[in-house]
Amino acid sequence: MTPAPNLATAGLAGPEAETIDLGTDSVRDLNSRLQAVQPGANATRFHVLNPAGRHALAVGLTAPLSVEIDGHAGYYCAGMNALASVTVNGNTGIGVAENMMSGFVHVKGDAGASAGATAHGGMLLVEGNAASRCGISMKGIDIVVKGSVGAMSAFMAQAGTLIVLGDAGDALGDSIYEARLYVRGTVKSLGADCIEKPMRDEHRAEIAEKLAAAGITGVDVGAFRRYGSARGLYNFHVDNAGAY
Amino acid sequence: MTDHPRVPRTLPRFSSTFDPATLAEIRRASATGIYDIRGGGAKRKLPNFDDLLFLGASISRYPLEGYRERCGTDVVLGTRFAKKPIELKIPITIAGMSFGSLSAQAKEALGRGASTMGTSTTTGDGGMTQEERGHSSILVYQYLPSRYGMNPEDLRKADAIEIVVGQGAKPGGGGMLLGQKISPRVAAMRTLPEGIDQRSACRHPDWTGPDDLEIKIEELREITNWEKPIYVKVGASRPYYDTALAVKSGADVIVIDGMQGGTAATQDVFIEHVGIPTLAAIRPAVKALEDLGLHRKVQLIVSGGIRNGADVAKALALGADAVSIGTAALVALGDNDPAWEADYQALGTTAGAYDDWHEGKDPAGITTQDPALAARLDPVAAGRRLANYLSVLTLEAQTIARACGKSHVHNLEPEDLVALTVEAAAMAGVPLAGTDWVPGGVRY
Repeated sequence: MTPAPNLATAGLAGPEAETIDLGTDSVRDLNSRLQAVQPGANATRFHVLNPAGRHALAVGLTAPLSVEIDGHAGYYCAGMNALASVTVNGNTGIGVAENMMSGFVHVKGDAGASAGATAHGGMLLVEGNAASRCGISMKGIDIVVKGSVGAMSAFMAQAGTLIVLGDAGDALGDSIYEARLYVRGTVKSLGADCIEKPMRDEHRAEIAEKLAAAGITGVDVGAFRRYGSARGLYNFHVDNAGAY
Repeated sequence: MTDHPRVPRTLPRFSSTFDPATLAEIRRASATGIYDIRGGGAKRKLPNFDDLLFLGASISRYPLEGYRERCGTDVVLGTRFAKKPIELKIPITIAGMSFGSLSAQAKEALGRGASTMGTSTTTGDGGMTQEERGHSSILVYQYLPSRYGMNPEDLRKADAIEIVVGQGAKPGGGGMLLGQKISPRVAAMRTLPEGIDQRSACRHPDWTGPDDLEIKIEELREITNWEKPIYVKVGASRPYYDTALAVKSGADVIVIDGMQGGTAATQDVFIEHVGIPTLAAIRPAVKALEDLGLHRKVQLIVSGGIRNGADVAKALALGADAVSIGTAALVALGDNDPAWEADYQALGTTAGAYDDWHEGKDPAGITTQDPALAARLDPVAAGRRLANYLSVLTLEAQTIARACGKSHVHNLEPEDLVALTVEAAAMAGVPLAGTDWVPGGVRY
């Protein structure tokens, strides 16, 4: 079996990075430069300085470039990302990697609410904690959180995997569809229609594969518990009204 | 013994409070334990555009020659921040309706009709289909709480982006596309299993409030190179404040949808009891724009119950830059056509009253995903009908504008209007006919 690529380090090698300093350049300058990179271009590595919590950094990227942001980012960092690898050496605000299609987003610190919201693909790795609603309405993304996730995470999660090495807050997986949730620590409570499901070999293999892709080693995959949809609320029925 | 004369009897008398429709609903609710879900907008009688009249030219005003003198109808949307504003030939757009709630043929027909007339159509929940992109020369892409089918590639293909906060039929409500309409294609576009009920959230997953919305708009502009006009659509409930906050958040265009505006499927109690009539929503929204010095700079689109050119002209006279139609456009395509009466009867209803759009059994092939029913709608012919209808709306609005002496429909103004009822006078902020009395007033 071919080992899964380590997405956390895959984009960091190669030619010298082009530096964009947000102390002097605008967010528009940054995104224009990054969005102008076509697949196959020579300049594919970018180093962003002085982000100072600005919003909408490195959004709407469409090429397999590598972006390293040195500091904290505000809302929607790497929003709607496709193909690119974005690393944030700091914390991110609300909606990091929201609606990501593909690629890899790596938050070295903590992530604000709604991390990976509605994302269709790619991987989001959060080294610290992710706040509430992590993975809300996720549609195929893989999210790995080394710390804990807040309340209402994976709310209405449709597809993809959420792997939490720490704990999960209240109402995990509320109104979940077909996303797969794995939590190593405690779950404060499960949301409507979310239940614990038995772990089988295929699930342990899936966790191992995702963790390897995230560059995380030395984790006992047997320590995780699995959660998913009871599928009891898939078709509205009046007898279930009390569940909401 | 004498015969008593026959005693006259009172006629059977229905209660105004417990009328036959109310009684039927109580029985239906008792039998099922579930609220009634239906499509369409408010059906109750509401103060509306019919309660307004144009004064027309007289000695103090002179009219324009009906068939000779020009009366412009063009409108530009998105002039505030977008690099590429939208230029429409007529001030009537097609409202957002999803593929899923509508058949692919219906979406194509909407695109054909709108494009023929030089106006825009709008996607809905569930994403953009190639049918509607291919047949819509100007396409507005809705950005909804569910984000079903949302992707940056389609976002860049769009001509404008409409952030949907709410709609007139259900301000504060989400949606539910019932499993009967979840075909394999619809399911795949929404990343959900076939045949299940698909809920659309009532709040966006990654922003709440105007401060967040401002950042969300910035993100969307950054993703699309600041090219696309960004609309914010709200259901009419607090139009003054919602307009002001949407403007504060950076919107190029505000869309206000009154309670007559249709929905694919919502509880009847929601449709009939939440939100305010379109007529009541326009002046407060315009007032907000005026107070901010942005009337005509941030454009206002009004929707909800627009049926004819008089409605169009009245909405514009009250300060809107354009109107949007949904239900009327579906009727133009063929919705509720008496030609399908036998089929409507089989569904327990009649042409003109059919509103179970959520069940996917539409005899006209419009609000369905059933291939056999959908095939009943010829998108070319239906698109032609819509173009004809849009043309009539435009001609009618021009006729009225010329009669009021206006060389462009945007020159219509509240001064051209009077109201037939005290309620309409108060809501529209125009005098009661024959008086100089404007009751109420917009006091913000």
